[in-house]
Amino acid sequence: MLDSSIERAARATPPVVAKRIQGLSDRAIAWLFVAPSIFLLLAVNIFPLIWTIRLSFTNFRVNRPNAEVSFVGLKNYINILTDSDVWLTMQATAHFLIWTIVLQVLIGFALAYLINKKFRGNDMWTTIIVLPMMLSPAVVGNFWTFLYQPQIGLFNYAVGFLTGTDPSTFSMIGDVPLAPWAIVIVDTWMWTPFVMLICLAGLRSIPGSIYEAAECDRASKWRQFWTITIPLVLPFLMLAILFRGIENFKMFDLVVQLTGGGPGSTTELTSINLKREAFEKWRTGYASAYAVILFVTVFGLASIYVKALNKVKQR
Amino acid sequence: MAVSYLKSALGAGVATAFLTLGATAPAQAEDLTLCWASWDPANALVALSKDFEAKSGHKMSFEFVPWPNFADRMLNELNSGGKLCDLMIGDSQWIGGAAENGQYVKLNDFFGKEGIKMSDFIPATVTGYAEWPKGSPNYWALPAFGDVVGWSYRKDWFSRPELQAEFKQKYGRDLAVPKTFAELKDIAAFFQDREIDGNKVYGAAIYTERGSEGITMGAMDVLYSFGFEYQNPDKPYELEGYVNSDKSVKGLEFYKELYNCCAPPGSSDAYMSENIDAYKSGQVALQMNFAFTWPGIHADPKVGGDKSGYFANPAGPDGVQFAQLGGQGISVVAASDKQDAALEYIKWFAQPDIQAKWWQLGGYSALRAVVEDPGFATSQPYAQTFLDSMAIVKDFWAEPSYASLLQASQKRFHNYVVAGQGTAKEALDGLAADWTEIFDDEGKY
Repeated sequence: MLDSSIERAARATPPVVAKRIQGLSDRAIAWLFVAPSIFLLLAVNIFPLIWTIRLSFTNFRVNRPNAEVSFVGLKNYINILTDSDVWLTMQATAHFLIWTIVLQVLIGFALAYLINKKFRGNDMWTTIIVLPMMLSPAVVGNFWTFLYQPQIGLFNYAVGFLTGTDPSTFSMIGDVPLAPWAIVIVDTWMWTPFVMLICLAGLRSIPGSIYEAAECDRASKWRQFWTITIPLVLPFLMLAILFRGIENFKMFDLVVQLTGGGPGSTTELTSINLKREAFEKWRTGYASAYAVILFVTVFGLASIYVKALNKVKQR
Repeated sequence: MAVSYLKSALGAGVATAFLTLGATAPAQAEDLTLCWASWDPANALVALSKDFEAKSGHKMSFEFVPWPNFADRMLNELNSGGKLCDLMIGDSQWIGGAAENGQYVKLNDFFGKEGIKMSDFIPATVTGYAEWPKGSPNYWALPAFGDVVGWSYRKDWFSRPELQAEFKQKYGRDLAVPKTFAELKDIAAFFQDREIDGNKVYGAAIYTERGSEGITMGAMDVLYSFGFEYQNPDKPYELEGYVNSDKSVKGLEFYKELYNCCAPPGSSDAYMSENIDAYKSGQVALQMNFAFTWPGIHADPKVGGDKSGYFANPAGPDGVQFAQLGGQGISVVAASDKQDAALEYIKWFAQPDIQAKWWQLGGYSALRAVVEDPGFATSQPYAQTFLDSMAIVKDFWAEPSYASLLQASQKRFHNYVVAGQGTAKEALDGLAADWTEIFDDEGKY
């Protein structure tokens, strides 16, 4: 059957083409197939990256097409790394990154552990839990601004109901001490299901026979959890941390919609700051250097992390 | 013979009809795109433009972007040389950059040829929306929409006898439209957390938005009347001692006090639409907002009609009275391939009868023939306030680097007023330093 279809394809190939292909090696044909993808990759990823690196050493501003562009060496890089405001945005990003990952991993794993147990309505609960991550970040940001509204917001009402505080006396997105937590809460609400799904995949990949053997050895549930469940789920968990880490390092839409980087610059994450430099102040050269620094940071951290992940897998 | 005569007659008829149509129809009907912000006046312009379509044969399309994203979207379009917009009703601060970078078509020759005189428009709108460099007769736009920050207030609440009595007892004067900012704060504080008709209400909705230009427009609207100056009037770009003068510091401190004492809870990121919502939902007694909001308030079933009044910015401590200019001019985009048709639109729009219709539809005309008409001031309850406010306007920088200048003030003002970080003096010292650095980069020193 297979042979006949190959023969048919061979017969259908025009002689001119067939003659040309006959002269090509397997390697050349492979390159021919891969070439469009490589071209696309070069055009949309590598070329802009090289261009950005080039611009980062200049004073170019995209809104000044007539201005002379000059080479400024490392000036942009030095200015960024010595700018206290940039470090403040880095701190805001670190706070957001660390707390969202901690909360999402803890809650996501706990939910996965519960969902992994067989109970009535299991599928329905899984669907309900997964709903937030199916929404657009802009929509989530928008409706959480309503939930956080001091006068009519459900969140403030719930906090007021539970603690006896007047809901209109605090503003989650307007008060400096609360705003960084406001964005952590929303991101955790939205992306915990994602971590849960990955953990669930990990939990379901553990063969039941391992637990049966542990039962035979009279290992307690607690010991089974720490010596079987956690080590075997760890690679999945680390993968979830990697995904969420990269995503949240470049977090933009959700936070812009929620707080716009405010109050003041309290929730101004690096990506928001970068966008302001690039598309509001139009400091293209400076913003390019900023983007390169962020790229190197994410790439470097991700590479180290992936090595650690591979080691965990090999164990 | 008869057939051939008939053919000739028919041919002549067709030719005549063709020539007649050719004489009345425009040389080439174009599909013009006009770009502006997405707001009520834009809808009025769509209605108004139907007349242009009927008369010119051109088809009008519109690209309206909500205010918070308007500058981002449209400046991207201009900077990239995009051809989406043939006509741009751009913000007044864009004029410097758009002129210097060749993004707008210079209109002097066109105005001269068509007999359009800038002296026919409100002087502040010509300076604010059309000129670059400021004060020079170089025109890049036709004043399209006059706008200014002013105040609307709950006239019905002000007129309640029990509130009037209580206010008089507390402050020793009548509860009336404030003449100074100090009086305005007293009124706002009086209404803050008060229960009216079973609802908790608040003092004043003011601008606090962080992302685009909100808090700068609001703070500047107050600072001007306290004595803030952008620069040394005799030495351009000398900022030290002007931006951060003692009077400016007092003005910024006042704005923060007003925010702390009298803004509704949760208004840490409020601009035009948030303030409209706060006012229309009956939450606040006073609302700072651009004049474009007034027709909508007047027509609102809940707070409109006699329930609301309007007043121009009150005076500062020294009796000085200024207001933040809003509004825009209409320009022809240099990258457009349809500049002739776009100019046709501007010619049509500049006509006095079209401008009068523009005002009737809710657009604030900047044509003197319209606003100086004897019936104008009484034509709407807010018309006189509009005239009073337009007479005291000041505007933000319109330099090519305006975006950087604006971002610096947004950050400094929001950090101080909303986030409560540092002092007003530190905020303004920082702002003077930021702006000096930006101008230094621009080679102004």
